[in-house]
Amino acid sequence: MTLLSAEGIEASIGKRVVCRDLNLSLEPGGVWSILGRNGIGKTTLLLTLAGLRPLNRGHIRLGRDPLDQLTRRSRAQKIGLLFQNPEIQFPTTVNETVMNGRHPWIQRWRDSSEHDQSIAERELNRVGLQDFGSRDLSSLSGGERRRVELAALAAQETELVFMDEPVNHLDLHFQTQLLKEFLAECRAKARAVVMVMHDVNLATRFSDHLLLLYGEGETRQGPVELIANEENLSRLYQHQLHRYQAGDTYFFYPA
Amino acid sequence: MFNFQTDRDSRRFGWVISGLAVLVPASLVISASAGSIAIDWSVVVETIRTGRPSIDHTIIFELRLPRSVSALVVGASLSLAGVLMQALLRNPLADPYVLGTSGGAAVFALIVMLLGLPYQTVSLAAAVGAVLSLALVIFLSRDAGGWSSTRLLLTGIVVASGWGALISFLLSISQQSQVQGMLFWLMGDFREGGPGFLHCLVLLVVLVFSLFSSRGLNLLVAGTLKAESLGVHTLRLRLAMLIGAGLLTAVAVTLAGAIGFVGLVVPHMMRLIVGSDHRRLIPASLMMGGSLLVITEMLARTVLAPRQLPVGVITAFVGVPLFLYLLRRGSRTQTQ
Repeated sequence: MTLLSAEGIEASIGKRVVCRDLNLSLEPGGVWSILGRNGIGKTTLLLTLAGLRPLNRGHIRLGRDPLDQLTRRSRAQKIGLLFQNPEIQFPTTVNETVMNGRHPWIQRWRDSSEHDQSIAERELNRVGLQDFGSRDLSSLSGGERRRVELAALAAQETELVFMDEPVNHLDLHFQTQLLKEFLAECRAKARAVVMVMHDVNLATRFSDHLLLLYGEGETRQGPVELIANEENLSRLYQHQLHRYQAGDTYFFYPA
Repeated sequence: MFNFQTDRDSRRFGWVISGLAVLVPASLVISASAGSIAIDWSVVVETIRTGRPSIDHTIIFELRLPRSVSALVVGASLSLAGVLMQALLRNPLADPYVLGTSGGAAVFALIVMLLGLPYQTVSLAAAVGAVLSLALVIFLSRDAGGWSSTRLLLTGIVVASGWGALISFLLSISQQSQVQGMLFWLMGDFREGGPGFLHCLVLLVVLVFSLFSSRGLNLLVAGTLKAESLGVHTLRLRLAMLIGAGLLTAVAVTLAGAIGFVGLVVPHMMRLIVGSDHRRLIPASLMMGGSLLVITEMLARTVLAPRQLPVGVITAFVGVPLFLYLLRRGSRTQTQ
């Protein structure tokens, strides 16, 4: 069953149109990457698909339900979102941050249950920060903080996982390891993932579909092997890219 | 068994709350015993317990306790207003005094006083002034991306000085006989008679609502969009916080004029002790703020007796160094 379907949607930021008449369907286990130049509206599109920005035109459905008719709470039980650069204004601990991910599942008048706590613990373990629970978030490095946010996102247990530059601040090891493990987990649980990516090669390696934003509302989408070619990507970044074969895999390198 | 909200934190919070639960009545007793006629603590407790008529009884119940209870309500209101404003504006430096909310309430209250309208309308006018002033600061300081810290504080300070100028203007056109009383009220003076039923009711309603919304507040400080993505109705919550903080400021201003630093210092102090979780921060700040102001009010009466100092002056004397010390201690433990 399709988890999310967008029909003829148009989104814009200010006067700039991000996409026009876009149709998209996210299937369980699918991993999409949104690519495009800086300021083209990748984040805007992600927020729009998550129901956090109004549509100019078109419809988005979650399963059969129109997205804009869901309550905030049930939407948050279905769509999880990792933000690009969360700022910290107040001291907060790692535990509290991961626990925030459980918010949509906790009854309004009640406290977190042991079930919530064991999920939060499990996800913190998964990102290798089990000993950091009571540390203040601001005392962590950028990469560690990113892993805490990923743990919070996983703890939200949503069928749709949207991530704005998930591997921001992560070193090479964690970039590949986390994407590999996190996405394998999402596939195993039949979740659908949409990521805004900067790195073309991480996008082609870890996702199965690409959505290219050319600007002026023009988009192109499809399976990675059909979309990821020199012509499309060079036009996308307005910079010549070359494709190099390396054994079974390939990568793009800017001229 | 693994407990995510670590036992140590819960135990610590238990200790802090128990300590505060003792501090609140203790501060009232201490405050009732001190003054131009010193009454022994045991006598205070005995008099309150038996309720037997005596001179002590009259002094305690008619002179001292009403002021102390007012101070308790004002301190609690200002602290809670501070917590709510800081969450609303996502800025740890927000405070009813700094951002001119108290000033707005004072101007509206003064106008009603000058017009000679009945006392009840003063509270209403102060509430309108506080909410309007806070809404004005929010409206003026927001840009497309949200609120920037510097812009917010600058706007608040400018609005506050605008209200200050209006207050000076109102004082200069009012009659000489009224000016002294108004000046004292503005600097923080507790009127005779305790807090009214309405004041207590406002505090209680806003408190209950804030406690029920405290998990939402935890998410709100992490960012509006983030909170929205986790299912919080941020517009409704922020609107409620705006009105709640405005009403609490109005309660404080009508009871005691403009008293600064309580809304800034107390939440900070409690954040360093019990952490930022609003489920703990709200009750702890409320109790701490209340008893802190009871003690301050007592000091204002006794330090230079028979002269009375404005409470606002004492809160600044006590609050500023304490705040600086706690800030320094907090930054040290964080780097360790």
